[in-house]
Amino acid sequence: MTSNLRARAAVVGIGTTVTWNNPGQSSLDQLAIAVQRAAHDAGISLHEIDGLFTSTLSHLMPALSVAEYLGLRPKVIDGTNIGGSSFIGHLSHAVMALEAGLCNVACVCYGSNQLSAGGKLATLSEPAHWEVPYGPRFPISGYALVAQRHMWEFATSREHMAEVVVASRAWAKLTPQAFEQSDLTIDDVLASRMVSDPLTIADCCLVTDGGGAIILTRADRAKDMPHPPAYVLGTAAATTHRFISSMPNMTTTGAVESSKTAYSMAGLGRTKLIFYSYMMRFRSTSFYFLKTSGSAQRERVGPLLQAGGSRRVDSFQSIRMAEVYRAVIRECTAYSH
Amino acid sequence: MEPALNTPELTFRRALKEGRFILQVCDDTKRAVFYPRVISPWTGKSLTSWSQMSGQGQVYSTTIVRRRPDRGGDYNVAIIELVEGARMMSRVEGVAPEKVKIGMDVIAKIISSPEEEPMIVFVPQVRSAT
Repeated sequence: MTSNLRARAAVVGIGTTVTWNNPGQSSLDQLAIAVQRAAHDAGISLHEIDGLFTSTLSHLMPALSVAEYLGLRPKVIDGTNIGGSSFIGHLSHAVMALEAGLCNVACVCYGSNQLSAGGKLATLSEPAHWEVPYGPRFPISGYALVAQRHMWEFATSREHMAEVVVASRAWAKLTPQAFEQSDLTIDDVLASRMVSDPLTIADCCLVTDGGGAIILTRADRAKDMPHPPAYVLGTAAATTHRFISSMPNMTTTGAVESSKTAYSMAGLGRTKLIFYSYMMRFRSTSFYFLKTSGSAQRERVGPLLQAGGSRRVDSFQSIRMAEVYRAVIRECTAYSH
Repeated sequence: MEPALNTPELTFRRALKEGRFILQVCDDTKRAVFYPRVISPWTGKSLTSWSQMSGQGQVYSTTIVRRRPDRGGDYNVAIIELVEGARMMSRVEGVAPEKVKIGMDVIAKIISSPEEEPMIVFVPQVRSAT
């Protein structure tokens, strides 16, 4: 009955840090800056937050640490850590908690000092017990194994994947705050130092500092907030595995299932969507989600990317990203009414 | 005297020390389970039987982890699918890392890990011409 949750809650405030290398700042410092900005954006007092949904790589009990730092006594907390998809998971849970009346102002937030703390992935993660003896490089070798299998099954080429990296850079160059601004070509990507075949250093995700937060309320209250509300129409997560050797099928991600559920909740098909944003831990593997979440025909992902399908940026060129998100969310909302 | 601990993982590792590659087999699906555990991930029922693996499998995916020559050089990491149905991380030895290909027939070999614990690696299976 997930459809009951459609448009019942809305994002009413967003906040991020504006720089991505913040030496000396802890992950909580940066998280707090983002939450403060999000609360300001929503026109609420930070201490109105009574539902806290958060995760970091540096806290075993993130909900407690964050609540303590922010001085919150939330009625609902959720510190589920499912890596980069934690916050989409939190979004679902926040909507549920709001709809159930368990809390009134929900905040989903994150902070990281990965870059200034050393530039390497620092994590509390337990070692992959059955994989460590073979020396895969975590997490890139997992993505490399997936990419190899995709290349083998669908004749995807390194050039196809490099298109995504180059397109990401093109997006970054439209965003003044973006961390990477230099020119990047397909040849640059292909010539970059190989880390775990077929992925090069240019395919790897950036390691940055930073924080981000969103504030949600139920739809009735959202109408009276300073910004037009961005209703949550559909949201879902799916669970498949923890470590790569247990992934049921390396060319079918959980996004197949979660996107179906989210579309179904929203009552929208993919053809109605005008904007997709993927969590791209390894940039070149985003092609993979394009495929598995049904936004491209399975066999045609490579050529689609090659044709520049991932960088139709013209209409957004003059708008700041925050406005882009609002505009996009409004558009998506408009489609649904 | 305390009774010897008997867990799925210990049973697996003890057999490896004796040079045997055994895995649990799910009663209903007849698939071998990797890694050893208490219940079948497909049925939720207890896993009660162990079976000797043939050692035969295929490379499901493969990568070359790049490493500086002075630290030992590049090496292979692979996902192997056993003919008995289980899939596991391992590596293919006896062939250059870049020669390891998806679909390649391989056979298991028990070696000592750096910690002296026995571990399973794979080598290319040489097929006699038919």
